[in-house]
Amino acid sequence: MSQTPAIELKGISKAFGPVQANKDISIRVMPGTIHGIIGENGAGKSTLMSILYGFYKADKGEIWINGKKTEIPDSQAAISAGIGMVFQHFKLVQNFTVLENVVLGAEDSGLLRPSLTRARSELKKLAEEYELSVDPDAVIDDIGVGMQQRVEILKALYRGADILILDEPTGVLTPAEADHLFRILEGLKREGKTIILITHKLREIMDITDTVSVMRRGEMTATVKTADTSPPELAELMVGRKVLLRVEKTPARPKEKIIEVRDLNITDDKGVHRLKGVSFDIHAGEILGIAGVAGNGQSELLEVLGGYEKATGSIKIRGEAIDLTGGKSDGASRRARGISHVPEDRQREGLIMDYSAWENIAFGYHHDEAYRSGPFMNNAAIRADCEGKMQRFDVRPPDPNLTAKSFSGGNQQKIVLAREIEHNPDLLLVGQPTRGVDIGAIEFIHQEIVALRDKGKAILLVSVELDEILGLADRIAVMFDGRIMGERLPDQTDEKELGLLMAGMTTAPGGTPQEA
Amino acid sequence: MDRMPRWADVILIPLISLILAALLSALVILFIGESPIEAIKLMISGALGSTYGWGYTLYYATNFMFTGLAVSVAFHARMFNIGGEGQALLGGLGVAVVLVYIPWPHWTIALLAATASAAAFGAAWAALPAYLQARRGSHIVITTIMFNFIAAALLNWALVGPMKAPGQEPATVSFPEATNLPTLHDIFGIIGIDWSRAAPANVSLFVAIAACVAVWALIWRTRLGYEIRAFGYSEPAARYAGISPFKIIMVAMLISGGLAGCMAINNVQGEAERLVLNAAEGAGFIGIAVALMGRSHPLGVFLAALLFGFLYQGGAELALWMNIQRELIVVIQALVILFTGALDNMIRMPLEKIFLAARRKSPPPPGPDRKSTSAEAAE
Repeated sequence: MSQTPAIELKGISKAFGPVQANKDISIRVMPGTIHGIIGENGAGKSTLMSILYGFYKADKGEIWINGKKTEIPDSQAAISAGIGMVFQHFKLVQNFTVLENVVLGAEDSGLLRPSLTRARSELKKLAEEYELSVDPDAVIDDIGVGMQQRVEILKALYRGADILILDEPTGVLTPAEADHLFRILEGLKREGKTIILITHKLREIMDITDTVSVMRRGEMTATVKTADTSPPELAELMVGRKVLLRVEKTPARPKEKIIEVRDLNITDDKGVHRLKGVSFDIHAGEILGIAGVAGNGQSELLEVLGGYEKATGSIKIRGEAIDLTGGKSDGASRRARGISHVPEDRQREGLIMDYSAWENIAFGYHHDEAYRSGPFMNNAAIRADCEGKMQRFDVRPPDPNLTAKSFSGGNQQKIVLAREIEHNPDLLLVGQPTRGVDIGAIEFIHQEIVALRDKGKAILLVSVELDEILGLADRIAVMFDGRIMGERLPDQTDEKELGLLMAGMTTAPGGTPQEA
Repeated sequence: MDRMPRWADVILIPLISLILAALLSALVILFIGESPIEAIKLMISGALGSTYGWGYTLYYATNFMFTGLAVSVAFHARMFNIGGEGQALLGGLGVAVVLVYIPWPHWTIALLAATASAAAFGAAWAALPAYLQARRGSHIVITTIMFNFIAAALLNWALVGPMKAPGQEPATVSFPEATNLPTLHDIFGIIGIDWSRAAPANVSLFVAIAACVAVWALIWRTRLGYEIRAFGYSEPAARYAGISPFKIIMVAMLISGGLAGCMAINNVQGEAERLVLNAAEGAGFIGIAVALMGRSHPLGVFLAALLFGFLYQGGAELALWMNIQRELIVVIQALVILFTGALDNMIRMPLEKIFLAARRKSPPPPGPDRKSTSAEAAE
């Protein structure tokens, strides 16, 4: 290799207390390439990038940029070294315009006007060069997520970034938006920019990167040319053993109707119509998957079914209507009707992070006969029950006295699943079951969900991961803007069609997409 | 993985805060030309050197236990009840109403009735702010503060109007002798211990200790306590679990107000034996400091109440025997509150760093948000 690498990390190590987040990591990324970094949650990807961007200081190791040893004590130093970062959660001021956001923190002088004028012409140039067109005067609040991400990229380029780091950039995008993003990245690459893409999606790695590094438990286990590898091989490198990427399941054998939802509508406090006439059925022994980009009404749907959001319309369980006027704290009556709920956000809703595992195993069921004695909690019984559930769901470490926040994401999710599945519901609501969960645990969670279906339970699965929906669901409904755009069978549809539905287009008989 | 061992959290931090407050107070005393050594000697002998001193220390501590518990219960539901003062005043009204207008044959039943009435009045005074918070989102801090003023005005009206005793003073008549509570002198006399007759500490002390135990059981052992804590940690999670925010806010605030009201059996029935103006004397506010210092745990509240009882009685002795004005005593008490309550993080954060460093590893930078855990920080 005669060329100088754009970035070279030599022997980077970083520990947080007893946790070794990065262990002696070295990589070389050539200029004008896209380098993927893949690994499970907690593998140390984000720590590594935070070190490169100056958020953390490495305990050991060196950073070389374009052949020069560089110290990066803070993000200002990273920016002046030509590194730009696009975070998973955008860092934009919601009520500023695109232009103001781009300039923010990079103003030329005390006066704003000259900076804005300069930025305007600069943005125009960048937009032409890289297919990065955005309206500079649009307010961030009014533009979509894909557009916001472009603003983040523009921010980095405006600051003269030659090296762009993107952290899980497609998490919030529709497939079409993701494709657009990848076209932009290809364009940047052609102009000689160096791109580091952090992701846990194997498909993205295969589609767009030139080289890929795999991280596991803080170590770099392999760096390979993308062309020379395959998804199963990468998965095995990530997890350290062979994993099933596809869930193995038999065709569903649906029986009696468990839930019938008709014309569900929600208007929130601000008068925004969140759900618009949603109707569907789920039968015993089948999984209905709800696909859609986050924020299109799926959360509200789960909240209504789970009993903590008001709605109009009707929901019948085994033919019996349930009360929708019960206000925002009617979860107990839903549980009594055989509905269990694994909420989308386990840290905000599903668990009390400061409660121990055993306190969490009773959460929502704490009035159950088995868990109480008079007005008191039966702590001994709950602890014993928790131990059993932790064993069956392979929660690690299997210690009921640890607080929920001291478990990893996957193990937290297993605690929630254990609580809800073991309660033997007729209908299980599952929101984003594998968000922030490592591949090994994903496999386990998917198997549990299918096993519950095979026991003759009805399951509503909400996920923004299309792969997950396609792999698990027996029927797929796509939500957009509070509506169900249509129902498809997984073997009669593909990502392209679902992607169009997710973006609010319906496919006309002629095959040309049109606005709904 | 916790950042610090538990003993450091519950003992070391308050201790360091206390020492810093004491040092600063010493400087203040030095500054006005008095001897800090003399002052501390005087405080200790005055507050703890005799059964008379102890009698006052424990009397104040009883007040602070009730108000400290009141603030703690509300804290667990993440409600900041600043209204302990007003609720305690109303509790006094409750005690007076029961003891002035109803004849009681014996102090035991009178105490039961007065406790129930004081709790009911205190709870009622907390009910409206609680309702406004739960239904209308009016901030509980603002409304409870305002209710303190209303309570004071209400008491004024009652004591110059309908409940005023004949004579010059705005106060009720003295309660009948049958309702007077046994003091520690009477109680310890039974088992042959000689206790000062003049000190006001009375049987309410044991009611307060019982209340500490009851609150502990409520918060950590009952299903209601489980729900209150869950709501305090995370409202979205509580709603998911079917816990009604309205119910928790109301119940927690009613219990809180009731506990603050109960203070009146000590200062009104036990000490004054009639209701006077400004009967609570700021104990409702001290309760906030006591709850903060006691980490909202009944045992911590008990210990912190003793400490503040000591500061109150010792401070009074200082004002009496040294050339230190009453106002400076308040400054010293304020320093203790400042260090143990408000400046908690000033001690905590360096201490956490030391403990992490002691584990031989470098300290992690503060996470971007509270939710990020050590396991995830490794990502």
